[in-house]
Amino acid sequence: MKKLNVLLRGNLRQYVMIIALVVVIIFFQIVTKGTLLSPLNISNIIQQNAYIFVLATGMLLCILTCGNIDLSVGSVAGFVGAVSAVFILKMNMPVFPAILISLLIGVVIGIWHGFWIAYVGVPAFITTLAGMLIFRGLTMVILQGQSLAPFPKSFTFIAAGFIPEIANINGINLLAILAGIVASILYILSELSNRRSKKRYNFEVSSVGVFLAKIIAIVAVINAFTYALSRYKGIPMVLVIVVSLVLIYSFITNKTIPGRHIYAYGGNPKAAKLSGVKTKRVLFWVYVNMGFLAALAGIIFTGRLNSATPKAGNGFEMDAIASCFIGGASTTGGIGTVVGAIVGGLLMGVLNNGMSIMGVSIDWQQAIKGVVLLAAVAFDVYSKSRSRVI
Amino acid sequence: MENYILEMRNITKEFPGVRALNNVSFKVKAGHIHALVGENGAGKSTLMNILSGVYPYGTYEGDIIVEGEVCKFRDIKESEAKGITIIHQELALIPTLSIAENVFLGNEQTGGKKGFIIDWHKTRQRAIEMLKIVGLKENINTRVMDIGMGKQQLVEIIKALAKDVKILILDEPTAALNDEDSHNLLKLLLELKNHGITSIIISHKINEVVEVADEITILRDGTTVETLYRETDEFNEDRIIKGMVGRELTSRFPERNSNIGEVRFEVLNWNVYDPKDPTKQIIKNVSIYARRGEVVGIAGLMGSGRTEFAMSVFGRAYGVKISGTIKKDGKEIVMHDEGDAIANGIAYATEDRKSAGLILIDDIKRNIVLPCLSKVSKRLVVNENEEIKISEEYRKKLKIKSSSILQKTGELSGGNQQKVVFSKWIFAEPDILLLDEPTRGIDVGAKYEIYCIINELAEKGKTIIMISSELPEILGMCDRIYVMNEGRIVGELTAEEASQEKVMQCIMRSNKEVIIK
Repeated sequence: MKKLNVLLRGNLRQYVMIIALVVVIIFFQIVTKGTLLSPLNISNIIQQNAYIFVLATGMLLCILTCGNIDLSVGSVAGFVGAVSAVFILKMNMPVFPAILISLLIGVVIGIWHGFWIAYVGVPAFITTLAGMLIFRGLTMVILQGQSLAPFPKSFTFIAAGFIPEIANINGINLLAILAGIVASILYILSELSNRRSKKRYNFEVSSVGVFLAKIIAIVAVINAFTYALSRYKGIPMVLVIVVSLVLIYSFITNKTIPGRHIYAYGGNPKAAKLSGVKTKRVLFWVYVNMGFLAALAGIIFTGRLNSATPKAGNGFEMDAIASCFIGGASTTGGIGTVVGAIVGGLLMGVLNNGMSIMGVSIDWQQAIKGVVLLAAVAFDVYSKSRSRVI
Repeated sequence: MENYILEMRNITKEFPGVRALNNVSFKVKAGHIHALVGENGAGKSTLMNILSGVYPYGTYEGDIIVEGEVCKFRDIKESEAKGITIIHQELALIPTLSIAENVFLGNEQTGGKKGFIIDWHKTRQRAIEMLKIVGLKENINTRVMDIGMGKQQLVEIIKALAKDVKILILDEPTAALNDEDSHNLLKLLLELKNHGITSIIISHKINEVVEVADEITILRDGTTVETLYRETDEFNEDRIIKGMVGRELTSRFPERNSNIGEVRFEVLNWNVYDPKDPTKQIIKNVSIYARRGEVVGIAGLMGSGRTEFAMSVFGRAYGVKISGTIKKDGKEIVMHDEGDAIANGIAYATEDRKSAGLILIDDIKRNIVLPCLSKVSKRLVVNENEEIKISEEYRKKLKIKSSSILQKTGELSGGNQQKVVFSKWIFAEPDILLLDEPTRGIDVGAKYEIYCIINELAEKGKTIIMISSELPEILGMCDRIYVMNEGRIVGELTAEEASQEKVMQCIMRSNKEVIIK
């Protein structure tokens, strides 16, 4: 019990947000009479929000470094979408190299921001505010104020496509089911190896009962999810991208030296520097990475919209920032997880989607999202001030 | 009974695990200057924090009697209402506001009796009057950030006077001041005494205390040793130091089996300039060396450049336009940043563990492995089990009092935090450890444990360079001592010849030389 307390205290907001997410899903599932979790709508929620998940992943790293935020991501996403449109539709470039070059442009933008922030010392807020204006302006310049559409199928596939099916039995996509099973096996194997190595170090491990219950629960969720996907068109391409990103970035932040350095920098830049962390380099790469992910988000969004518009990406930065904070990131840096940011993004996505199904207008949705953000952070501030009393 | 304005009776205060004050009593006569002396951790500041209501009634045992009345202060406001004002070492001024605004901050001069609107006319008029009393020649509209430390100290005193202070408590008022400012401040205290204001002054500078105080109360390890009276008692530095240190001086430092080897580490002709003002030279042509298994001390006053020197040696963590050579085992090494220093086997444990030594929101294990993550990693991937195992070892070895290695370092006591800092640097396996104020702000027991760790490291053949403001500590721990003043090495003493007087002589002599030049 004491252990549970310690565990809960550290990640309180994240657990609360997962519970909140489940509650919100159940609520809308009942109110929308089952539409929310219908196979079609699940695919929809994923495809609608994929770009937010991608941005939130990158934004989390920025926020981890002392609560720096990147205000430019919406504009950069819009800009990269526009650039890819010009490449493909105006210059008739093949899709694959066009996407590659577009992503590269995102990296270059990240280098630009990272340079000013890390090596010149311009505050991130100012640098990225400037970036927001610069790239919004440039988007309009290269699109000459007009939308470019439609894209070839191969481009929109990333955002709106599904992995081609291998076999279909009674309307059930076999690939999705298979993916669920493979994922379950991989998950079980990783848990087992984890447990084995803990035993090798003579550490305490959870009892077999708890261990099995946890595995069964997670395997059940994975397979219920893939089953639902199989009853529509199978696995959306963006899901593959988002899941890989979450896995890769969770691994980097939790298990690797660069990840540790990001957290250490965010926790106390001075102490990190005196411990040999190359703080400027950390800051620089975090923004380079953000540029790359903003570009990826731009391509996904453009693909889903099937057009590049001068206004694309407006306000994305706010959604990404809100996702991170709802998901437990600290405004002063050093605390937060990739999974948390995704949960935060998902919570907002489900709220949006659920309210849309119910017919709540966009204006109200915006206002409700604001209240959710405030409530989440206020709860965290409150619980922290409580725990400090001991 | 004589005219005592303040009496503190049988005060006992406990912190988790430490008894900071044990049955302390002392009395202050009205209109006198009463000095409170004692070593770091003797309990002076704790006692004054109780008096001023920082530690509210109920968190301590004993009575506070002000002007014959028992007081139960719940916060600072209540003690201020009684005319008690404390001026802390860290000044509580707002640098961007003007002198006048600072003086009346929280005590704004308003038009009516309970007005809401600030009467600027009255504010200025009163501020000018008060500045005159104290003899501060500054425009009242000058921003506090634009005046020197000495004048800022005066502004704090004016602020207290503006609240009709009866008992003024000054915590180390001259620690950050130069001699001239210190002298002026002490003169001002005597001046205020003539106006009937009682002062309690906490100071490490015994000579100043002897100069101005009417009575001196000596604290040691949380108890009152004695009170000396100017009229009746022997009243000089030696007498006071004897009281402060007591008989236990020899046992305060554990024995070490010194096994000093060959020269391990040399810094030659080291020059460093201030990063904020690159024309100002902070370190001037410093050369030192240290041998294997040797504990070398760097003594000097605050602001003598000791910390700046150590940090600039540690991978240029401080300073610009650095020149000079560093040799390890006779070979020159070049370090561009802190990472290079660690890779070359040099560690620097900062004097400021809270803001620069630890990541307070992270747990013990993450802090310990941070400087040398590659030791618990394969390629770039951290082995968390290995991390837990190693941290647990250090927790046991250094006796870090904590619920587990998963406890956040911000929740630990100062001594235990310092042990985490030591664990962190021992884990990095350096050959040379630069320790900056390794026992600052930690209690007597933890200090002894830290000394034992330092000895163990030296016995294992590490080279230790230790900076400390506490001369007894330097004298008790080091094999050889460098004295630093104004960014220069002004003396080198062996353990046998070193004494407090010798060290101070070195500093004084160098000050005179500077004046002659």
